[in-house]
Amino acid sequence: MIHIRLEPRLSTPRWVSWASPVVSIILALMVGAVLIAAQGASPIEAYAAMYRGALGSGFGFAETLVKAIPLMLAGLGVAIAFRMQLWNIGAEGQLWMGAWAAAGVGLFLYAAIPMPPWLAILLMMLASMLAGGLWGAIPGALKAYLNVNEILTSLMLNSVAIFWVLYFVDILWRDPGGLGFPNTAPLDKAIWLPKLGALLFFLPPTHRVHLGLAFGIIAAAFMWYALSKMQWGYEVRVIGLNKRAAGFAGMPIARNIVLVMFLSGALAGLAGMSEVAGVAHRLQRGLSPGYGFTAIIIAWLAKLNPFAIILVSILFGGLLVAGEQIQMTMGLPASISLILQGLILFFVLAGDVLSQYRIRFR
Amino acid sequence: MVSTSTLQTVSRENEIVVSMREVTKRFPGVVANDRVTFEARRGEIHALLGENGAGKSTLMNVLTGLYTPEEGEIAINGQPAQFRSPKDSIAAGIGMVHQHFKLVETQTVTENVILGLDAPRFRLDMSRAEADVAKLSEQYGLKIDPKAYIWQLSVGEQQRVEIIKALYRGAQILILDEPTAVLTPQETEELFITLRDMVAKGHTIIFISHKLDEVMSIADRVTVLRGGKVVATVNARDTNKAELAEMMVGRPVLFRLDRPALEPGEMVLRVEELHAENDKGLPALRGISFYVRAREIVGIAGVSGNGQSELAEALNGLRPITRGRIFLNGREITTLSAREIIDAGVAHVPEDRHTDGSVGDMNLTENIILKRYRHPPIARGPVIDWNQAREMSSELVSRFNVQAPGLDTRARLLSGGNLQKLILARELSAEPALIVAMHPTQGLDVGATEYVRQVLLEQRAAGAAVLLISEDLDEVMQLSDRILVIYEGEIMGEASGEKADRAQIGLMMAGQRQEVGY
Ligand SMILES: Nc1ncnc2c1ncn2[C@@H]1O[C@H](COP(=O)(O)OP(=O)(O)O)[C@@H](O)[C@H]1O
Ligand SMILES: [Mg+2]
Repeated sequence: MIHIRLEPRLSTPRWVSWASPVVSIILALMVGAVLIAAQGASPIEAYAAMYRGALGSGFGFAETLVKAIPLMLAGLGVAIAFRMQLWNIGAEGQLWMGAWAAAGVGLFLYAAIPMPPWLAILLMMLASMLAGGLWGAIPGALKAYLNVNEILTSLMLNSVAIFWVLYFVDILWRDPGGLGFPNTAPLDKAIWLPKLGALLFFLPPTHRVHLGLAFGIIAAAFMWYALSKMQWGYEVRVIGLNKRAAGFAGMPIARNIVLVMFLSGALAGLAGMSEVAGVAHRLQRGLSPGYGFTAIIIAWLAKLNPFAIILVSILFGGLLVAGEQIQMTMGLPASISLILQGLILFFVLAGDVLSQYRIRFR
Repeated sequence: MVSTSTLQTVSRENEIVVSMREVTKRFPGVVANDRVTFEARRGEIHALLGENGAGKSTLMNVLTGLYTPEEGEIAINGQPAQFRSPKDSIAAGIGMVHQHFKLVETQTVTENVILGLDAPRFRLDMSRAEADVAKLSEQYGLKIDPKAYIWQLSVGEQQRVEIIKALYRGAQILILDEPTAVLTPQETEELFITLRDMVAKGHTIIFISHKLDEVMSIADRVTVLRGGKVVATVNARDTNKAELAEMMVGRPVLFRLDRPALEPGEMVLRVEELHAENDKGLPALRGISFYVRAREIVGIAGVSGNGQSELAEALNGLRPITRGRIFLNGREITTLSAREIIDAGVAHVPEDRHTDGSVGDMNLTENIILKRYRHPPIARGPVIDWNQAREMSSELVSRFNVQAPGLDTRARLLSGGNLQKLILARELSAEPALIVAMHPTQGLDVGATEYVRQVLLEQRAAGAAVLLISEDLDEVMQLSDRILVIYEGEIMGEASGEKADRAQIGLMMAGQRQEVGY
C-alpha cells in the first residue's frame, strides 16, 4: 500500500508565502481559460475584455470601486469575527437585515418626522448597524452561553433574513407605482449617500462611487487601531489565539464573543445600508449578489489584515464588473467571475498547505 | 497469538538484539536525535536517561517505526530492519508502552489487548482471549481482571494492560517510556519486580527515565542522551548518581536546596469543605479543607487525576464551586470571577504552560502583560502603552533570566524552562499574597528545575503563601513545610515536610487514610 503523508516542513522559505497568492491567481486563470474555451469562446479575448471592463477605463474602475464597497465592509466584519476564531458565515443575512433597517428609516421614519437629511443618513447607518449587529449577536450569544456552533446558526440565519426582507420587498413595502417590479419606492434624493465626485479626480466626473468608500476605509483603520493599540483589541487577539489562556488571565470571553459577533454583523449591516442609500436607492430583490459570501473569501485571502481586505475587495469588485462585462459583450455567463473567485480560494488554500507541509509518498 | 517461542537460553545472553547506528531525526527547528548509536542486549534492562527534550521518546519512536529517521541504520537480532509503521516493529517482536496510553476507555481489558490484531472478527473467541490474558497476567505478576473496563482501572492498572498487550503480541523487546511518572512509590516497586522477572525470562527492557534514583536501582546499563546526542553508555554498577547527573546536564549538579526554617505568618488561604465537579460533571473534589499561611509552602501530593487540576482551577475562579467556601486573607472569594481573584492577589502557575499559561503566537511582551494590561502603567485609558509594556517586559525578562533572541520572539519558540521562567516573571512580579503552582517543574531540565524551586523558596521567604500541587513526590517533600495527600478528591492525611515518611505517603496516595502527627 502506498502511504501518502503530509509532513511539516522544517522551515517555510520566505518566497513561498509571497509566491503563493500570485501563483494561485495564475493557476485560477488557467483553469478558468479551459472553462471559457469549453464555452466556445477565446480565453485570451475574454480575459482582455474582462481587464478592459474592470480596470482598463476610468468608468470601469469606478464601477469596480462601487462593487468593492460592500465587499470591504462585509469583509472587515467577517475578519474581526475570524480573528477571534468565530466562524461567522452569516454576513449575507446580516447585510440584508442592515439594508432592510436602513430602508425602513429612509422610507418611513424620514417621511413621518421632519429632520435634516444628514440626520436621516446617520439614523439609517445606526439602524442598519443595529439590525445587522443583532443578527450577528444571536449566533454569538448562542455560542457564548449555550456553546451552539456558530457556523450552523449564522449560516441558517442567512435564509431567515433574506426571506424576511423579501416579504417586505414583495408585499408590505412594495411600491404600488413600481410597474410590477418587486421593489420599494425610491428613497428621497436628499438622503442618498453623497457621491465622492471631484474628490476622486482620477475618475470620470459622472462616476457612481459614493461615501460608502470612506466608511470602508475608516472601518479598516479603526479595526487596525483597535487590534493593535487598544486593550479590547488585545483581548480579542488573545482569545482568538488561545481561549484557555485568555480564561486563565481572567478575560471576559463570553461577553467578547457576543460583542465581536455584534460588530461583525454591524459592519455587514452597514454594507447593506450603503447599497440601499448609495447604489440602488431603494430596497429590492437582487440587492446583493452574494456580497456576504464573497466577503468570507476576501477576509481569508487577505489573511484577516484590514488593509489587505481593502485591496482584495477591489480585486474581487473588479472580477464582478468584469463578469458583467463579458456577459454583455461576449455572451458568456457572468458567473465566470464567481467560478474564478472559487478557483482562487481553492488554490490559495492548497498553497497554504503546501507552504507548511510537504507531501511524502512511501 | 501468545508468543510460544521459548525463552532464550543462557548461551544467547549478551547477544545484541537492538542496534541503532548513527540515527538522525530532525523536527522543525531541532535535531531530536543527532547521529545516535544505541545497542541493547538480550536479557538486560537498559535505561535511556536524559532530561526532557533530550530525544529519548523520539529515538524509541524511530525504533518502532512511528518516525522515519533522516539517516542511520537499525538492526534487530542482527537483521537490518526498516519499519514503516509500528505494526512492522510489533511483528519483529518490539512492544512499546507510551508516555500517554493508547487504550479505549469503553472497552474491556481483553478487548483492548486484542484490538487491532488481524484475527477475523467472526472467529473471535473472547473467552479464549480472556484466558490468555489471565495466563499472561499470572506469569508476569501483572494483576488485572481481563473483564474489567478500562475506565474502571487506575492509571497503574492501565499501564499493566499496555504491558500485557505488548506481551500478547509476542514482544521480546519491551520499551517503557517514563513508566513511573504515573505510579505511586508502591506501584513503582511492583513494576520493578515484574521487569526483573521479565529479563530473567529472556526479555529485553528499554526503560526511559529522567529520574536518577530509579535508573540506579533498576538498570543494568545506562545510555545517557543530552541535546539529542549520546553522552555515554555505562554499566550501572560502575557509576553513581552524581556522575550520571553530570552527564545528563553537562555540569555538576547540586542535590540539596536550602530551605531555612521560617515562622509561618498569618492565615492567607483557608478552604472549607470544598466541592467541585470535573468536566464530565462527576464529583472531583469532595469536601476538601486546608489552609496555607504566609511564609509557608504547602504541598499537595497525589497520583495525577485525583482532583488536583480541579482544585487549582477552583481556587483561581476557573471552575464553579458546588459547595464549600474559600477565604483569602479573611475575605471570602468563593464566588469571585477569575479576574477578581487575580486582582485580589492570587498568582497561578498553571499545569500546562502552553495551553493555559501562555499564548504561543504572541511575543514575550504580549505574554508578560497578559494579566496586567488593564492596570496602569500599561493601561492608559482604553489603550495599551506599548512602550511601558516593552520596558516592563525587558526588565522582567532579564530579572528572571529568560533566554530568548529578543522581546519580539514568539512564546512558542521558547524552551520549556524559559517559557516557565516567563510565566513566573509575569505571576510573581505582581507580588501576590498566594501562589498556586501546579507541576511547576514538570518537563523542565535540571537547571530550570533548580531555578524554579529556588524562586518558590524565595517567594516563601518574602512572605507569600505557596500552594504547591505536584505529582513529583520528591519535589513536594523537598519544598514543602506541610504535605497533604489527595486521593479521589479527598485529603487522605497530612505530614510534616521534613519528617514525612515516603511509605506512609505512598499508602495515602493509594487511598488509605492515615493519621499522621508532627
Ligand atoms: N512530533 C514532534 N514535532 C516536532 N518536534 C518534536 C516532536 N517530537 C519531539 N520533538 C522535539 O524533539 C526534541 C526531543 O523530544 P523528545 O524525544 O520527546 O524528548 P524526551 O522524550 O527525551 O523528553 C524536543 O526538542 C522536542 O520538542
Ligand atoms: Mg519523552
